[in-house]
Amino acid sequence: MTTKLFGERVQRREDARLITGQGRFLDDLGANALAAAFVRSPHAHARIRDVDVSAALDVEGLVAIYTWEDLPGLLAEPLPLLIPHPALTHGRTGHALARDIVRHVGEPVVMVVAADRYVAEDACSLIEVDYEILKPVVGVEEAAEAVNLVHADVPGNVGAHLVQEVPSPDGLSAREAIEAAPHTLAFRLDIERSASMPLEGKGVYARWDADDQSLRVYSSTQTSTSVRMAVAAKLGLPLPKVEVVAPDVGGGFGVKIVHPWPEEILVPWAARLLDREVKWTEDRREHFISSAHERAQVHHVRVGFDDDGRVLGLDVNILHDHGAYTPYGIIVPIITSTQLVGPYKIGAYRVEFSSIYTNTVQVTPYRGAGRPQGVFCMERTMDRIAAHLGLDRTEVRTANFIQPGEFPYDQGMTFQDGRPLIYDSGDYPESLRMLKELIGWDSFPAMKAEAAAEGRAIGIGVGCYVEGTGVGPYEGGHVQITSDGRVHVSTGLTSQGQGHETVFAQIAATELGVPIEKVSVVTGDTRRFGYAVGTFASRAAVMSGNAIALACRKVRDKALKVAADALEADPRDLEITDGVVHVAGTPSASIPLATVAVLSNPLRYAFDKETQRATQFAGAQDDDRPPVADGEEPGMEGKDYYSPIRSTFASGMHAAIVETDPLTAEIKILRYVVVHDCGKLINPMIVEGQIHGGVGQGVGGALYEKMVYDEHGQLLNASFMDFLMPYATEVPRIETAHLETPSPLNPLGVKGAGEAGVIPVSAVIAAAIEDAEGITIDRMPISPSDLYSLRAETRLRKIQ
Amino acid sequence: MSERTGEHRHAITLTVNGVLREAAVPARRLLSDCLRHDLGLTGTHVGCEHGVCGACTVLLDGEPVRSCLTFAVTVDGHEITTVEGLAERGELSPVQRAFSECHGLQCGFCTPGFLCTVTAFLRDNRTPTDEEVLEAVSGNLCRCTGYQNIIKAVHRAAEIQAEESG
Repeated sequence: MTTKLFGERVQRREDARLITGQGRFLDDLGANALAAAFVRSPHAHARIRDVDVSAALDVEGLVAIYTWEDLPGLLAEPLPLLIPHPALTHGRTGHALARDIVRHVGEPVVMVVAADRYVAEDACSLIEVDYEILKPVVGVEEAAEAVNLVHADVPGNVGAHLVQEVPSPDGLSAREAIEAAPHTLAFRLDIERSASMPLEGKGVYARWDADDQSLRVYSSTQTSTSVRMAVAAKLGLPLPKVEVVAPDVGGGFGVKIVHPWPEEILVPWAARLLDREVKWTEDRREHFISSAHERAQVHHVRVGFDDDGRVLGLDVNILHDHGAYTPYGIIVPIITSTQLVGPYKIGAYRVEFSSIYTNTVQVTPYRGAGRPQGVFCMERTMDRIAAHLGLDRTEVRTANFIQPGEFPYDQGMTFQDGRPLIYDSGDYPESLRMLKELIGWDSFPAMKAEAAAEGRAIGIGVGCYVEGTGVGPYEGGHVQITSDGRVHVSTGLTSQGQGHETVFAQIAATELGVPIEKVSVVTGDTRRFGYAVGTFASRAAVMSGNAIALACRKVRDKALKVAADALEADPRDLEITDGVVHVAGTPSASIPLATVAVLSNPLRYAFDKETQRATQFAGAQDDDRPPVADGEEPGMEGKDYYSPIRSTFASGMHAAIVETDPLTAEIKILRYVVVHDCGKLINPMIVEGQIHGGVGQGVGGALYEKMVYDEHGQLLNASFMDFLMPYATEVPRIETAHLETPSPLNPLGVKGAGEAGVIPVSAVIAAAIEDAEGITIDRMPISPSDLYSLRAETRLRKIQ
Repeated sequence: MSERTGEHRHAITLTVNGVLREAAVPARRLLSDCLRHDLGLTGTHVGCEHGVCGACTVLLDGEPVRSCLTFAVTVDGHEITTVEGLAERGELSPVQRAFSECHGLQCGFCTPGFLCTVTAFLRDNRTPTDEEVLEAVSGNLCRCTGYQNIIKAVHRAAEIQAEESG
């Protein structure tokens, strides 16, 4: 190997363009494109009686106006239900433009195309839509009562209902185990809505090439390959005539994995129809009311446990609010219900969820994807058990941990990839030991007493999680060494700031033995790699990382074979250092990879001096063998795929110390500590960055962010002024430590890191506030005014 | 803009990154749109269009302003610095270098706003305290980094600035 690059804090290769304003985000493209804008429903539930566009027709610069009735063929059909599931008996998706009924504020009704966005919005404001207002269904419990229906043909507003049951080792059901347990508790937990909220909204830009009859689409997406297939299908175009590119994407966090968004098929359709470039850039209000939210769930929990706090039976009933439509299936509640059990051996487990329609924005995965709710449930349960028994909270967790010798550990359920929920590796006791040491768990009571003596209330909380990462079905990698010695790597999944160009280059440079400067990486461009799934579920490093490593190994083998012929050596004696193949121990017997690349492609026509070496009269050749041997291909390139039998399982534990103001109930995080295990680290700097970002979003979800809907289904805080995302002043310093238990499932031993940081934060902060206040915290987020009210309620209860 | 929209336009002249630029803009055209779409300087990003996120921050006569809350016609005759103008003579500024060195950006969408804000801040305060750094960046939203490395980058930029001027 040249320099060891795998595992090093290599500086990011993305930065140079991004810090100089040279990035290419969606709205930076298509300077001459027409602009699309949308008339969106102002009502949560209404029937469209009429659309009158006449007043808009005089707007100078208007190019076209479209409603559902204008949409041909498959474009007029409902949008795809991306992930069907047998339990999703009543899956429903919207139309690209609303047909007859609108089911949430923000649903697109009319598309306008005009000279620029200002004019397009002028025209939108002149279009009159006549609505018959229907009764809106808001709030998951109201929806479950089914007084009014979101979809007339969905009884009870229930989209899906699923029960998973894992009996205890001695055959008891969860309910039997709870009945038989020495101690039982029952309680309710609530989590509110939040959203991915990337700083760049969605966007689509399409160019139709009438001469070539082909379409190029740029989309701010987490999956360009799947957008491509959806666009080709909806527009009836041959797949090879459609290319989709994800340019620089300004954050995704889940919302951009959903596809095709109405705009992703309407904009290309209009571009083709008008034979003009068309672009749509989502504005912030549109993002709030017409993309996706997540998190909102209500949990009813019953737990039975023994004197040591060991959970003998756990029964959780989940009401999941999935909004108006289910394009992403029931992935979120499946993840909540399966990942809820975390690092623990639960005696017997029963989990039941109902996934419910409401007249609100649809719910699809947001970083963590259902796990924050599951972890909130499990960790609040652990804390309640500890409180009930008067035990230390970490002792109760320790009593329930899966032990390092018990992997692979089968949780007995079906995970979000349809595969068994079997944990690959981990060391939970060590993780907790590290965490306690870092935060000073054992000395905290003294610290707390000291603070109390000064009239200050401080509290400590802990939260543990296991995250299934790197889900299949597959990703691929393509690696080519060209005759100039450059290495071109491509993979189909996309990037939204994770540093893939850097970490994939680290992997390729390490595998091939070339300087990283020689390596370039392309992601999310179907012109370079057509088969892919996408970036979600903390899967990119595991899936594409391993695929690229495997492709590099193929190319390396081939390079050694060609070099061995040229050097008249045994390939097994060869090494590659700094881009040069040489005989081990004999550095003088060497050949640059660039030359090997030349020799790998037998030429009739040279294009420079170097490539003359590969032409037919250039030198020794074996007349008894064809220039390209059987089973070989010309060129120094290779492709491979990585398709795992099941997910890897990363894990981590967080702890926080908070202080609450006795008068104002202001909540301040004094310390935040993370122990994180994502297997082998490719680039610790980037992993830490991912954790920081996740914790930042977690703090938002714990203390500030919620979507406030009124009873009419109006989102009252659809702006950055009112939806409170944390600024630098709200995120505490985050202290991190890594534990590495390699995954036995893949060649690189890696697990995913993208979502981890966000997962346990609400649980941890709730626990710390509870410890500071002595008041039970059972709903998140919690604001100072919420805490203030809780204090008042608690006082009142004590008096009564 | 590809075609006329029939709106009355105002001729404005502004100095952007040291270069005299002219544009004909409707009165309602935002400075952010003028920079991005009329002048082709797409480094300035728009994250919220209501002045909260700070992604669109540029320097107006040296002071940070939200270009999404500024009409282009109001800056006629003034000087604007955008992220494209922060590097001097082809060399990255201390703030740019520090953000990269400290991994102070991930997706990079909010970064131009931070870079402009911090550039003005460190020009006026060359030896900031922790509190002052926090205050300086507290008007810009980032959804990727949790701000940890942005804070580090501001301190590092101050350090580089001191080293190079010292």
